[in-house]
Amino acid sequence: MADRVIYAMYDDDMVLLDGAKKLVSEGVHITDVFSPFPIHGIDPVIGVKHTRLGIVSFMFGLLGMTLAVVGFKYMMIDNWPMNIGGKPNFSLLENFPAFVPITFEFTVLFAAHGMAITYLLRNKTLPGMPADNPYPRTTDDRFVMEIRLSDNTKFSASELHAKIKETEIIEIEEKDYVVIK
Amino acid sequence: MQKEAAIREPLILGHKTYHDITEDVCRSIEGKAPKTWYVLFGIALILGLFGIGCILYLLGTGIGTWGLNKTVQWAWDITNFVWWVGIGHAGTLISAVLLLFRQKWRMAINRAAEAMTIFAVFMAGLFPLIHMGRLWVGYWVMPIPNQFGSLWVNFNSPLLWDVFAISTYLSVGFVFWYIGLLPDFATIRDRAKNPVSKKMYSILSFGWSGRAKHWNRFEIVSLVLAGLATPLVFSVHSIVSFDFATSVIPGWHTTIFPPYFVAGAVFSGFAMVQTIMLIVRKGLKLEAYLHVKHIEYMNIVIMVTGSIVGVAYLTELFMSWYSGVEYESYAFINRATGPYWWAYAAMMTCNVVSPQLMWFKKLRRSLLFTFFISIVVNIGMWFERFVIIVTSLHQDYLPSSWSMFHPTWVDIGIYIGTIGLFFVFYLAFARYFPVLPIAELKTILKTSGESYKNNTAPATEKPVPAVEIAKPVQEVAEPVVEAIESKEEPAVEAISDEEKQSRISSLMEKLGQGSAESKDDLKLISGVGPKLEGTLNDIGIYTFEQVSKMTKSEYDLLDSITGTFPGRAERDNWAEQAKTLMNK
Repeated sequence: MADRVIYAMYDDDMVLLDGAKKLVSEGVHITDVFSPFPIHGIDPVIGVKHTRLGIVSFMFGLLGMTLAVVGFKYMMIDNWPMNIGGKPNFSLLENFPAFVPITFEFTVLFAAHGMAITYLLRNKTLPGMPADNPYPRTTDDRFVMEIRLSDNTKFSASELHAKIKETEIIEIEEKDYVVIK
Repeated sequence: MQKEAAIREPLILGHKTYHDITEDVCRSIEGKAPKTWYVLFGIALILGLFGIGCILYLLGTGIGTWGLNKTVQWAWDITNFVWWVGIGHAGTLISAVLLLFRQKWRMAINRAAEAMTIFAVFMAGLFPLIHMGRLWVGYWVMPIPNQFGSLWVNFNSPLLWDVFAISTYLSVGFVFWYIGLLPDFATIRDRAKNPVSKKMYSILSFGWSGRAKHWNRFEIVSLVLAGLATPLVFSVHSIVSFDFATSVIPGWHTTIFPPYFVAGAVFSGFAMVQTIMLIVRKGLKLEAYLHVKHIEYMNIVIMVTGSIVGVAYLTELFMSWYSGVEYESYAFINRATGPYWWAYAAMMTCNVVSPQLMWFKKLRRSLLFTFFISIVVNIGMWFERFVIIVTSLHQDYLPSSWSMFHPTWVDIGIYIGTIGLFFVFYLAFARYFPVLPIAELKTILKTSGESYKNNTAPATEKPVPAVEIAKPVQEVAEPVVEAIESKEEPAVEAISDEEKQSRISSLMEKLGQGSAESKDDLKLISGVGPKLEGTLNDIGIYTFEQVSKMTKSEYDLLDSITGTFPGRAERDNWAEQAKTLMNK
């Protein structure tokens, strides 16, 4: 049997948060939440782990810095040392002050772009990708909980409906679960 | 939820719901553009095309078409370059530095200011590219293997640092801006009715869906990008100032340049934000989101950075004397009293004196005065760069080569052209992009919205739980709202038929008679269903024209007659909706 999913719609972020806390305390597993803006405090409740994108950014930054140093070491010191205004390029260390701006710019360039690209790939948000929010109003003023039946095998569908209806929802709908992307 | 101190002025005026924010920002994108927009766009386009023509003429003929000579080798070109880069500093400062400091007022201006930054940096980048002469070999500034043996770019040169700093700034600024735009494009996509615009915004939004995990990543990405962009902003104009400071020209060879240039850049950037935002908020009717308090905050930034710039000017003067270098002192005496004294005077008045007027609370809260000063500052900052560049060069070490700079029509044409192109981009942005960050504004609504701060927000409609599927919950609004209404009008429900008749006639007097023949489909107004349409028709309201004439007093009158859905008409702003429907 195809997986079924229940969508519970709320009209306020705080109401959804309270509802989520109640449901989770009763043992319901909330698969995901769709909202028009970040709901602060929802992540620990529904078990979303803290993102590691910050570390990604740091590593890309290190990569950029290394590339910059290796690059200008080769170009300015090894391959063709120039003598500009009586200030010859003999060693990397002695010339490093002049290279600080480039090192900095390269670090930032790589850290920012590396993180941004990783972010878009991980989110599966790329040009031409289809959207998969269940209702168009979740990008306006509606907040929707996605509760998959396969994640909640200890409850029957009607038990879940009853539990969800105890929170202050405005709509509830059960559908087949479709993976869009 | 975190509460904000009551004495802080609200950032969003009046009562807004999440949906109102979406409506207010999307209105200008979904509706028709006013005639003024087309007029302004036309003017900007003509100026921009003229500028492009001038650039093509220059490329075909040579740099000699500029008024440069062997003494003044840098003039309007570099002045314009530094001026535009300076303007391009406010956006990232607002979105990055103010984000790190958790300044919520930035939400009203960050999107528009970042757009301004990106377009200004485009314009700035044009000038060095043209000035290099052979534009088609512009890629030589990149450290790429080439056919000339081991001819690498010079990593010791501030001019090369500039290439890296500005291109990094532009691309990182663009990424920061676009990542913030994704959720807002998704909002527009999900509202779009026209298939073409739906497709367009669907591509632009990259398929953003607003999952909890995505928002979690979104917040970290914004924060880290802000952390990266903050030193980047400071580095960019520092490096631009190195173009001058690392040379041995009297008047340029100063260690104060980096901080002084950065302060000047923020100063001019905020002035440009003021100029543009004062027009945008009026044109797009966003006064509730960008009001006097925001303007005042920005004026304070202008005042502070203007004062830093003033101190820097005086420090330069002092150092030129204190250093004991006669060339250095001459450069500054010549600036103030030489043939270019008028440029120096303009710079001093516009940049040092005018921002000091912002100490007066009345002046810095006056929109007209702010607009005036923002223009003055923009002019002043252009003169600052002109003074630094031209007056330091025109009387150099060799008196026989002393000369003056006279701009040619190509100089002027390219400058005006970049202003035109800038506004072409900006007007297109204001028309097709959300000028306010919709998602971010919603996060501060409950803490900084006026009606939530003083508890005048109508209680949220609490639906009866357990309604199956998409049943519009109308009835439930009554009990809660009644309590609020009853404060003003205790006897809403209990009115006699006679009283009702007299109220109906007074309502109809104000709205004018309509007839069933010329009936409009009132259900198109959001908030009006078939039942309510029937009620309205019974009273005698048939057309959009009648509805559009309604004001607060008519809404109250209507509520008292129908007795249902009190306050709904006002909240949904029927009159405004009817007006738009009428014009369709």
